[in-house]
Amino acid sequence: MLFLLILLLSLVAQFFLPWWSLALVCFAVAFWKARYGGQAFLAGFGAIGLTWLGAALFWHVVTDGLLSHRVAAMLTVNSPWILLVVTVVIGGVVGGLSSLSGYLVRRLWA
Amino acid sequence: MKWIKAILAVSLTLLVIYGLNRTYGVVPALGPFLSPYEGFWRSGADDHFESEELALDGLKAPVQVRFDSLRVPHIFAQNDHDLYYAQGYLTAKDRLWQMEFMTHAAAGRLSEIIGDRTLEMDRYQRRIGMVTAAKKSLAKMQADPQSRAVMEAYTAGVNAYIGQLSPHEYPFEYKLLHYKPEPWTTLKIALLLKMLAYDMTGYSDDLRMTNNLRKYGPEITQDLFPDYPFHEEPIVPLGSKPDFTPLPVPPTPADFMAAAASHTLERQKPENLGSNNWAVTGAKTANGYPLLASDPHLNLSLPSIWHVVQLHAPGINTYGVIIPGAPGVGIGFNERIAWGMTNVGADVLDWYQIKFKDEKRQQYWHDNQWKPVRRVVEKINVKGGKTILDTVLYTHHGPVAYLPHEKAFRAGSTPIGHALRWIAHDPQNELRTLILVNRAADYGQFRNALTTWAAPAFNFVYADSQNIAIVSNGQFPLKWPDQGKFLLDGSNPAHDWQGWIPMEQVPQVFNPKRGFVSSANQTPVSPQDYPYYLGASFAGYERSARINQRLSAMTQATPDSFRLMQTDNYSFVPQNVLPTMLKLVNQDSLSATQKKAYLLLASWDYRFNPDKIAPSLFENWWQTLARAIWSDDFPPETYKAPARDRLVQMIQQVPRSRWYDDVNTPQKETLPMLVNATFKEVADSLGVGGEQWLWGNARDSYIRHMAQLPGFEHQLFTGGSANSINALNGSHGPSWRMVVQMGPQIQAWGVYPGGQSGNPASRFYDNLLNDWQVGKLHPLLFLRSANDRKEQTNVVWVMNGKK
Repeated sequence: MLFLLILLLSLVAQFFLPWWSLALVCFAVAFWKARYGGQAFLAGFGAIGLTWLGAALFWHVVTDGLLSHRVAAMLTVNSPWILLVVTVVIGGVVGGLSSLSGYLVRRLWA
Repeated sequence: MKWIKAILAVSLTLLVIYGLNRTYGVVPALGPFLSPYEGFWRSGADDHFESEELALDGLKAPVQVRFDSLRVPHIFAQNDHDLYYAQGYLTAKDRLWQMEFMTHAAAGRLSEIIGDRTLEMDRYQRRIGMVTAAKKSLAKMQADPQSRAVMEAYTAGVNAYIGQLSPHEYPFEYKLLHYKPEPWTTLKIALLLKMLAYDMTGYSDDLRMTNNLRKYGPEITQDLFPDYPFHEEPIVPLGSKPDFTPLPVPPTPADFMAAAASHTLERQKPENLGSNNWAVTGAKTANGYPLLASDPHLNLSLPSIWHVVQLHAPGINTYGVIIPGAPGVGIGFNERIAWGMTNVGADVLDWYQIKFKDEKRQQYWHDNQWKPVRRVVEKINVKGGKTILDTVLYTHHGPVAYLPHEKAFRAGSTPIGHALRWIAHDPQNELRTLILVNRAADYGQFRNALTTWAAPAFNFVYADSQNIAIVSNGQFPLKWPDQGKFLLDGSNPAHDWQGWIPMEQVPQVFNPKRGFVSSANQTPVSPQDYPYYLGASFAGYERSARINQRLSAMTQATPDSFRLMQTDNYSFVPQNVLPTMLKLVNQDSLSATQKKAYLLLASWDYRFNPDKIAPSLFENWWQTLARAIWSDDFPPETYKAPARDRLVQMIQQVPRSRWYDDVNTPQKETLPMLVNATFKEVADSLGVGGEQWLWGNARDSYIRHMAQLPGFEHQLFTGGSANSINALNGSHGPSWRMVVQMGPQIQAWGVYPGGQSGNPASRFYDNLLNDWQVGKLHPLLFLRSANDRKEQTNVVWVMNGKK
């Protein structure tokens, strides 16, 4: 539930708002729905990671990886797949941390 | 406990977001950069390129844009305003980042987007007065109503494009460097023209030449650095006498030798900077009409230096290339004429030694009086919020770009600096030239258009269906012979520039008897055939000699003959020196490997083909030998070594010369000793040969991203050399190859290393690179009207004004 809500709402937010809007979504949804810290972190990490994985993979495929190859070389990771993993992890960490924060802040009143 | 946990988690989250949302030097802001919703992942995808209708604010009538298979826009407008508006819009669509980056570089504003690393570059741009020069030029251009209207329409078009972009649509480089495009301005157009002048004329050897003069005296300096080379084939055929009454040339003042200076040395003139262009009359061609070719050589980069466009409106139908950010067509053709440019390379940048009254530097000595120094404070904003203030001192000559090195002067001595006198500081309306050339129908109109082209001076080649011509056109100072070959005396009015060569008296050739015109940056005209001094250091004669050799022999020429010429890898340099060098090699003393190298060279046909080893051997040997001869006498850090032409002459004609001796060793070196030693050194480094020694690999030529982004470069495997017609040298080479066949139906072919798009995720970013490497040309689709050959354009945009 938590996972799905974050997934859907963050997707909508990211289409229209700057990237960090995902943190607000995670925070708010976890504040509202999360029941455990671990669950909050994992749901945030997984949902954001998945939205980033899906979109990055989509663009990578439709552009034949032309740019992802170059950027991978520029950042000296040399493979667009490593770049993809880095992307997912960075998105996931921000999602996980902000969800966890939402949960922990809510708990102050519990 | 709860509180601590919550505070910790929230602060950690905020810290991570903050950390990911900012750049660290060259490291991008990873959050927005990697986010696939706004970052680089999303920069691509221009495959869904379809016909559409656009509503744009400010258009007066509908504009039709037809895109061909190379995605070149063919713009059909109903008035000039809409034509240039659409060009601005479409150029921005393809090249927004590049346009803005070039103008930031010109204006000394790179630090705003890159940071400390570019501060010195920015300071240099400010010191040489680029912005001041651009502002003066802009005022001049805006005084002409037509130029003003063109600039304003183009600017409005660029801004219409920028205005509709949302951040996720910003070009890739904005995402990487984490900044936003700013509104385009007419000043940026002027800055681009100044940047062009800087690229072509912004160098000098004056300080190094003065160092030579101080070390060796006038006689030796004159002998090693003659005003006219040993080998030369000037643009104006020898013996053509001028048909005008020349102005009196200012008298040569008494000798002057500038004081020793130890400031940062100037940007040196590269010996091989250049381009080619030529045209032949109908008598030499298969279809009886003139043919014209042009291939400007520039530092190759991606996005491509050029943007290709066709402009059609009442009174104009022109096709060609232009630097993104400037309106009109630079090199190209219209329904009646074709034209192309090469750099002249005349000496239009001089340094004046300035004597300040005291350490306050508020006055300087000129014409026997103290004159006031004007101070301009330049503000350089650096990424991260810092602002650097730099005060530039202006004399009537120009800005004092170099202040003396502090250590060179004892306390209390009169301070000295060098003021820059540069043609780019004299405003002229170069834009008017482009506007009028694009519309010119005959030679008279073409010449008239050139009268406002001051800098950079170009050899403009011209052809229409009956005539060919070439004009070394630009604003040239009226100099006494050798004026500005060395540092000049800023206090003596006789050293000032004292007027101009009249525009109608610049070197020119119209329908010459030999049936062709050509230029390859060589001396425009022999001093015996021309009353004015233009400079003493032009590109070597080798490329022009090869062009003229082939054109002289040519009959029944077709566009393909010109294509083959443009990719000719032959060089006169080895032809002139290699036999002499090989003769001096003592064959008995060679090892087996060395012998192999010797045979490779002895059987070489002097073509710099990519799949051969001999060119790599020769180039290496020749450079090593030249260094062995000159670097002891003229260390390159502070002195200028004599030109290649002078060295060739010496090797051919002077077997014993003091210059062969290495002054740093006790024994006396001779030419044969140097030739043998350098040959063995180079041959041994070759070892057993192999792939890496093939010329195409060994030459180490790359085409790089304009901002030198690692990972974005391509290695080029192709032939040619600095002194071949196919003049690829390092990353410098033919940036646009064009061949135009004149006649009732003008036809043209072209190619450039890159593509129309500036987006590194697009297939049109470098789709022409391979064709360019192998020497293929594409037919250029020149449409007569909006309905001509509709099957050849698959995407059509209709732009309508917003009501």
